[in-house]
Amino acid sequence: MNRDRTLPILGAVMLVVVLAGPLLPQWALFLVTIAIAKGLVALGLMLLLRAGLVSFGQALYYCIGAYTAGSVGRFFNVGDMLVQMIAGAAVAALVAFILGFLLARYRGIFFGLLSLALSMILYGLLVKSEALGSTDGFNVLPSTVLGIRPSEAWVRYVVAAVGCGVALLATALVYRYLRTPLGQLAPAIKDNEIRVEYMGTSVRNAIHAMYVIAAALSGIGGALAATTVGHIDPDMAYWTTSGEFIFITILAGTGSVVAPFLGAAIFGIIHTVAFDLSPNTWQMSLGTALLLLIVFLPDGLWSLFTRRKAA
Amino acid sequence: MRNFRKLATAVAAALALAPAAALAQDAAPVKIGIVTFLSGPAASPFGVPARNAAEVVTELLNAGKAPAPYATKGFGGAPIQTVIIDEAGSTTTQVTEYRNLVQRHNVDVVIGYVSSGNCLAIAPVAEELKKLTNFFDCGTARIFEDGSYKYVFRTSPTQTMDSVGAALYVHDAKPKLKSIAGLNQNYAWGQDSWGDFEASMKQLVPKVEVKTSQMPKLFAGQYNAEISTLLGAKADVIHSSFYDGDLEALLLQAAPRGLFKKSTGILSAGETVIHKLAAQIPDGTVIGARGPFGPYAPNNELNRWFSKEFRDRYQVPPTYPSYQMAQAILGVKAAWEKAQAANGGKRPSNEQVAAALEHLSFEGPGGTVKMANGKGHQSIMETAYGMSKVVGGKLTLTNIKRYPAEKVNPPDGVKGADWIASGFKK
Amino acid sequence: MDQIPAVIVDGIFYAAWLFVAAVGMTLIYGVMKIVNLTHGSFYALGAYAAASLTGAWLAKGYPPMLSYGVLLGSAVLVSVIVAPLIERGILRFMYAKDEVVIMLITYALFLILEDTIKLIWGVDPYFIAEPYGLLGSFDVGDLSYPTYNLILVGIALAAGIGLTLLLRGTRIGKLLLTVIHDPEVSRAMGINVDRFYLVTFTFGSMLAAIGGAFTAPTVSVVPGLGVEIIVLSFAVVVIGGLGSLPGAALGAVIVGLVRSATIHYAPEVELFVIYFVMALVLAFRPRGLFSLAEPRKI
Repeated sequence: MNRDRTLPILGAVMLVVVLAGPLLPQWALFLVTIAIAKGLVALGLMLLLRAGLVSFGQALYYCIGAYTAGSVGRFFNVGDMLVQMIAGAAVAALVAFILGFLLARYRGIFFGLLSLALSMILYGLLVKSEALGSTDGFNVLPSTVLGIRPSEAWVRYVVAAVGCGVALLATALVYRYLRTPLGQLAPAIKDNEIRVEYMGTSVRNAIHAMYVIAAALSGIGGALAATTVGHIDPDMAYWTTSGEFIFITILAGTGSVVAPFLGAAIFGIIHTVAFDLSPNTWQMSLGTALLLLIVFLPDGLWSLFTRRKAA
Repeated sequence: MRNFRKLATAVAAALALAPAAALAQDAAPVKIGIVTFLSGPAASPFGVPARNAAEVVTELLNAGKAPAPYATKGFGGAPIQTVIIDEAGSTTTQVTEYRNLVQRHNVDVVIGYVSSGNCLAIAPVAEELKKLTNFFDCGTARIFEDGSYKYVFRTSPTQTMDSVGAALYVHDAKPKLKSIAGLNQNYAWGQDSWGDFEASMKQLVPKVEVKTSQMPKLFAGQYNAEISTLLGAKADVIHSSFYDGDLEALLLQAAPRGLFKKSTGILSAGETVIHKLAAQIPDGTVIGARGPFGPYAPNNELNRWFSKEFRDRYQVPPTYPSYQMAQAILGVKAAWEKAQAANGGKRPSNEQVAAALEHLSFEGPGGTVKMANGKGHQSIMETAYGMSKVVGGKLTLTNIKRYPAEKVNPPDGVKGADWIASGFKK
Repeated sequence: MDQIPAVIVDGIFYAAWLFVAAVGMTLIYGVMKIVNLTHGSFYALGAYAAASLTGAWLAKGYPPMLSYGVLLGSAVLVSVIVAPLIERGILRFMYAKDEVVIMLITYALFLILEDTIKLIWGVDPYFIAEPYGLLGSFDVGDLSYPTYNLILVGIALAAGIGLTLLLRGTRIGKLLLTVIHDPEVSRAMGINVDRFYLVTFTFGSMLAAIGGAFTAPTVSVVPGLGVEIIVLSFAVVVIGGLGSLPGAALGAVIVGLVRSATIHYAPEVELFVIYFVMALVLAFRPRGLFSLAEPRKI
């Protein structure tokens, strides 16, 4: 393995966003922030994917994060995006900790399908709860940071920068985690679980830990998306949302902790371009673009960066 | 790395190209962003009829071929240019695309949104970006009941009006009614429609018995079990706010089982299907059009002009979403020109147009639209209901009753639910 | 309690519809280990083909009684044209990839087909109501049901029994079981695995198309028709056990009865009852109701 420059790269990207941010148009800042939010979810999925687990229901935690962020505003009148993200992560992690006892027993397609069922149950509950606005959802309080409301000219930039900072912190922690023995267990679990057990490690506990971390990341992503978009609704838990996250993760590849963010950004751009160029057939453009990416970049977008090293 | 650079160049080129293609026309046109469903199940009943209306109306306005008071070309002489965007996808997608419309395409006005969820999500963003935005179809009353906006308008009436109107009509047409039942889609529109209808009926007929309220999933498609339950319930009337594909499926499955022959159906959004499914709607079914649209539209010059032009081009009569879109464009045009006149004939700013649209009263193909509620941002209109009667294979409406705007809409500043609970107090 | 007959009848009709719509998915998964999201596209394609061909048939004034044959024929036709195109043209190059990646490819194909359908048929709804009412109706208690519903029950039974006999009783079926068990060894033994994949994919898609075609007379055929059926099929085959034929049947019956009971007795929870059943079954039977023990390779 070459000298890993992941953290310096991340730091540099952060610096670029902070410095170049004021020059970017607001719509671009918005796209970047949404990409970061979705990238956080994809990062969690990537952790699971390294162990061979695909969750078809990660939108469950994305939605929990978003609704926690929204509820903090709606019921406690707190619009601070840092509080919202921390609360979102905490609630998502707590739910994942409880559900993890069940899910850590599952593998393969069944892990995916059970998570799908759980996210759809949350969707059903939210649709039924008129106090939370049913399918229409409700608006999230305008974002503030440490109690200060940025002016409208700057709010996109501040949200993007804070989101970027939080994402950087989370990514750095994940990066550290992957270097621990527990983190390095994932590929081994994917290859052969029984051998891992023979080594004297509990696979179930390792998966449970990963599951909780992935949920916390999704919770942060959901909260960030909520405060950025300013509105939340039950569709955030719908299976198509989960599908989008899986797509981003596969698109990105598992090569690096940075990959999911790149994947989310590219996905957002393809989506927007397809909407622009062919409003009547954007699904076809999106499908074709994604098909081509899978066929020609089988190891994900990240392979663009590593291919030369391998050669 | 080289591959990556190629990709980045391609992406950048595509992004740069998109708005440029739409640009380049003479004398500072007015750019309108039109957002409505072009894919998914809501495309056929709402999205496409609305887009068609937008196309025909903007073209005619640009040619100066509209009757008075809309005879000026375009918006105050400036030609109209449209950017059309699909409303499908999550609210996150829609907020993203809204920002793109405003900040990348630099549209002057946004007219659109069928989904109430999207309207609720877009409203604060419109306010943040200070962009005049007119919701043409979505029904939820929450937008202006819960919030107060400067740049956000809705020229269509709310769902409260549909439910109250339905209840009043049923009460008038069936004074001896004893029981009601509901069949509504399990999402906000269906829940609110039923909630307001049920509450209104309880005000009008205090002893009314609610037999059952069925709430199938949106786009469920299979309604055998619901129909059985409703047949078993034997209610005098069945209220349904179903629309589009779901309503069509319901009617197809209910017809052979005689559901709406045994209980009178009230289809509050039924007008979109009457041209297609005349054979499946038993005579005496109550049909709503979410306002004085389609068959309930007044016989005035604007309506004759609009429905003729629409029919000539698309070979079908316009349904209520088309009326709502036409009305939304005409309303903004009226405000634009009023603001331009006040501005000494110079192109008005968004703030000036918004100020002109507040509390404005204008004429549309559906009659008078009064921006009376929501501090002048929410329209009220009269509404009408009637009963179906098939004559020679065509569905006609008989026994039409019209209810003045003030009778079916709450006074400004009062929430619909509170107004109904107070016994429709003025 | 007088509702019980209605609950059962409604439940069985729904189950029959679900089974026809979902059985192709379990077949394709069972043989090819592909979670096939184009299933929804074939359901929609079947519905559109049936709506336009049967519509044309009836408009020409041909005998309406034969329209049932046209429904079936159009589903067969459209799947025989499109399914091999997808399997031979795209999917067969992907079999070496991960299960999830193949699923994503089918998702991309689903998006493409969704717009293709829109380009061919437009967004306006299609109706062919006539076959639904043609056979009259029958009574259960004081409720009447269109006899058409029995056709779906018949198709469901025919598909279920036919497939079981095919798998258990014929040489082809036995060969197919070998392919399911171990495609590589089968190939080594001289079985034409590619052809089995092609036929399975076409046949599985055809079942989805038949489901769509026979649903067409009861609904309005509009864009987006195929989306819901994907997850619904998912739920049914997972409850039964992925790849299991009797499992899919049992899954459909359970979902049908539970749904119909909730509609009659507790309509407010209908929205998520299917997923609730799915989670419950998976919690106690992690691989679904009918599932074979999988050998753990050390």
